[in-house]
Amino acid sequence: MLGEAAVRAGCRYYFGYPITPQNEVPEYMSGRLLEVGGTFVQAESELASINMVIGAAMAGARVMTTSSSPGISLMQEGISYLAGLELPAVIANVVRGGPGLGNIAPAQSDYFQATRGGGHGDYRTIVLAPSSCQELCDLTMKAFDLADKYRNPVMILGDGMMGQMMEPVEFPEMIDLADLPAKDWTITGNQGRPSRALLSLLLTPKVLEDHNYKLVRKYDAVTRSETDWEEYLLEDARQVVVAYGTAARIAKGAIKRVRSMGLKVGLLRPKTLWPFPSQPIKELTRIVRQLLVFEMSTGQMVEDVEMAVAGQAQVHFYGRPGGVIPTPEEVAHQISHYYYQAGLMDGEDEAKRRGGVA
Amino acid sequence: MTKKMIFAGFGGQGVLVMGYLMALTGMRQGKNVTYLPAYGAEVRGGTANCTVVISDQEIASPVSSSPDFVIVMNNPSLVRFANMVAQDGFLLTNSSLVHGEVKRHDVTKVPVPVNELAHELGEDRSANVIMVGALAEATGVVSIEDLKEALAYTGLGKKPKVLELNRRALEVGAENARQVLNKEKSA
Amino acid sequence: MKKIFEKPKSLKPNVMHYCPGCGHSIIHRLVAETIDELGIQERTLGVPPAGCAVLAYNYFDVDMGEAPHGRAVAVATGLKRVLPDHVVFTYQGDGDIAAIGTAEIIHAANRGEKVTAIFVNNGTYGMTGGQMAPTTLLGMNSTTTPGGRDGARDGAPLDLTQMLAVAEGSAYLERVTVATPKHIRQAKKAIKKAFQVQLDGLGFSVVEVLSPCPTNWKMSPVAAYEWTLQEMTKIFPLGVIKDITGYDEK
Ligand code: SF4
Repeated sequence: MLGEAAVRAGCRYYFGYPITPQNEVPEYMSGRLLEVGGTFVQAESELASINMVIGAAMAGARVMTTSSSPGISLMQEGISYLAGLELPAVIANVVRGGPGLGNIAPAQSDYFQATRGGGHGDYRTIVLAPSSCQELCDLTMKAFDLADKYRNPVMILGDGMMGQMMEPVEFPEMIDLADLPAKDWTITGNQGRPSRALLSLLLTPKVLEDHNYKLVRKYDAVTRSETDWEEYLLEDARQVVVAYGTAARIAKGAIKRVRSMGLKVGLLRPKTLWPFPSQPIKELTRIVRQLLVFEMSTGQMVEDVEMAVAGQAQVHFYGRPGGVIPTPEEVAHQISHYYYQAGLMDGEDEAKRRGGVA
Repeated sequence: MTKKMIFAGFGGQGVLVMGYLMALTGMRQGKNVTYLPAYGAEVRGGTANCTVVISDQEIASPVSSSPDFVIVMNNPSLVRFANMVAQDGFLLTNSSLVHGEVKRHDVTKVPVPVNELAHELGEDRSANVIMVGALAEATGVVSIEDLKEALAYTGLGKKPKVLELNRRALEVGAENARQVLNKEKSA
Repeated sequence: MKKIFEKPKSLKPNVMHYCPGCGHSIIHRLVAETIDELGIQERTLGVPPAGCAVLAYNYFDVDMGEAPHGRAVAVATGLKRVLPDHVVFTYQGDGDIAAIGTAEIIHAANRGEKVTAIFVNNGTYGMTGGQMAPTTLLGMNSTTTPGGRDGARDGAPLDLTQMLAVAEGSAYLERVTVATPKHIRQAKKAIKKAFQVQLDGLGFSVVEVLSPCPTNWKMSPVAAYEWTLQEMTKIFPLGVIKDITGYDEK
């Protein structure tokens, strides 16, 4: 699905190395790209694949690689170069349990790696977090547009569950590559113009500083225009769960459950992990005093939530690392535990709120 | 209406195909569906299971710890999944292989000797389809007719002869489930 | 009057930063002349390494795209796959190609990528200050092999180009040097042939150039050239290592 969406977004070049749980993607691309006249190369390592991506991006192609956590660790060097060289590329990480070899079960333990850069240097990767098959398709298409628009690597952060799951999906039409804006920065030979070099090497500190600030301005523009999130049942919420990807699916199930018991709980689901929806989360603190961050890790995104909230609300955390798939029931249990603990039930809640103001 | 179901057995019993057929049928009826096979190390050990959700509404979670229906094709799966069935749910067992006793009185138990039935039908490999027929009949989550149509879009219906056979298998399963349920009612 | 020395069109007029007597300057010139003579400047793409030649983009007047240390040929693969009608070459040192980039070079050769690697072997990490390279000779001093390279401790020099010969996709491999004018002429021939191999789509081509690094060898340029010719060629003998082109029969 990821593969087909990429092809429809105009991706004609794929470089990758096998690693579970994402082997369906290279397998699919190897055949599909043949059909559409594209190129598939099974590289000798993730190091090689990300550098082939660099080369293809330099030449102006829409290009993608996919891998899973340990392979993404190997790619960090190349991702740093992509950012420094300002090259557009799409990288999907089907996250598995870690650290080390970990396991191949679905996890969300690469949040820090994805959103903090992962590689060396002052840079940002745009990180998209789909939570359904349809969204995986839509966000994959969008990833290519964002990459080109900002000349920046874009990472799609999924997990094995999303990789294996099947849901009905409506695929958008195949885009016409000719409709895409021309790229005037690629290296395609110096015919009719001076030679061009694509570099991240900037030996003069002042020049590199300027480049760093140029990147910062770009990242600010991305933050302003591309931050994306979903709000679910927030109108009357007294507690808000913050979760992304697969965890958000499970959280929605949990919220349905507790709603049927009369608990007023909503969900805020970041669709972009970087840029992180700090502003809407901050605004939430005007209407709720309690947030519950739920992740399939020991707690990574919770730090971003705490930063956004800046002490203006309680932030609780619940996580299941290691590839354990939490059930909606156990999350519902956590939600109600904190809900009752804070006395958010009717009446009592109002009284306390008024008391607090006085 | 949201119905969650888990299919479990060992590899080779066509457990994933059962789930896939169910999900596909639901989808063709315009329902929201999710189909989530267990994968990786879990399926290397020779066991297989998948979770299917069919719903009129947006499906929140594709996983479930209290499915409405559990379909077990072998003994280890019975041990693992039987206690998860939600209250008033259905537990379908392949009674050709599954002999363990389940001490639950809040669920409807539907034992179907699918291996023998498949053998009688002349195709041992149709046991899983017979079970799907029984599931549809017992729970009404989809109709036998809809299943028959969807069959043509799976690997089970590629050749006309196989398709015909599997359509009969659905009926055999449905008929058996009817008998079991009638017996239960009259008992 | 006939000009006997002219700057190749494919070199920019910038003054090179290499040390006096460094082989890089000569090799740059040979590559640039080749590009000129084949008339491919407008469709040639170069991938410079990390190392002394990291600034090669300041000298070659063709489009260049930087690669991380050791990954030049993977980047070249990406470029060439998107632009199959272009000529793509990498310019790599011994550390780049035969240590950190070993996997990339072997597999590019094995896939028969239609790119050309110019492999500059000077037996040392020039840029970082003269540490041991995979190609450092036994007994040779380096800043990380006090008392000289010891085979038992440090391993013996690695003949990477020889290793590439077994790869099905390598079409043309030759080792040359720039130690004397005669050898420079041979080096030029080899480089031109390697580019021709690429133009003809025959497969992967490498020209390994034994090149003096007077600075880190702590020798005068003259002594360094002499040493290249006398000592390096003992371990890295000059000549064709593999050639499936059949050009010479014609
Ligand atoms: S250090 Fe050696 S290789 Fe580097 S520029 Fe100087 S002489 Fe040349």
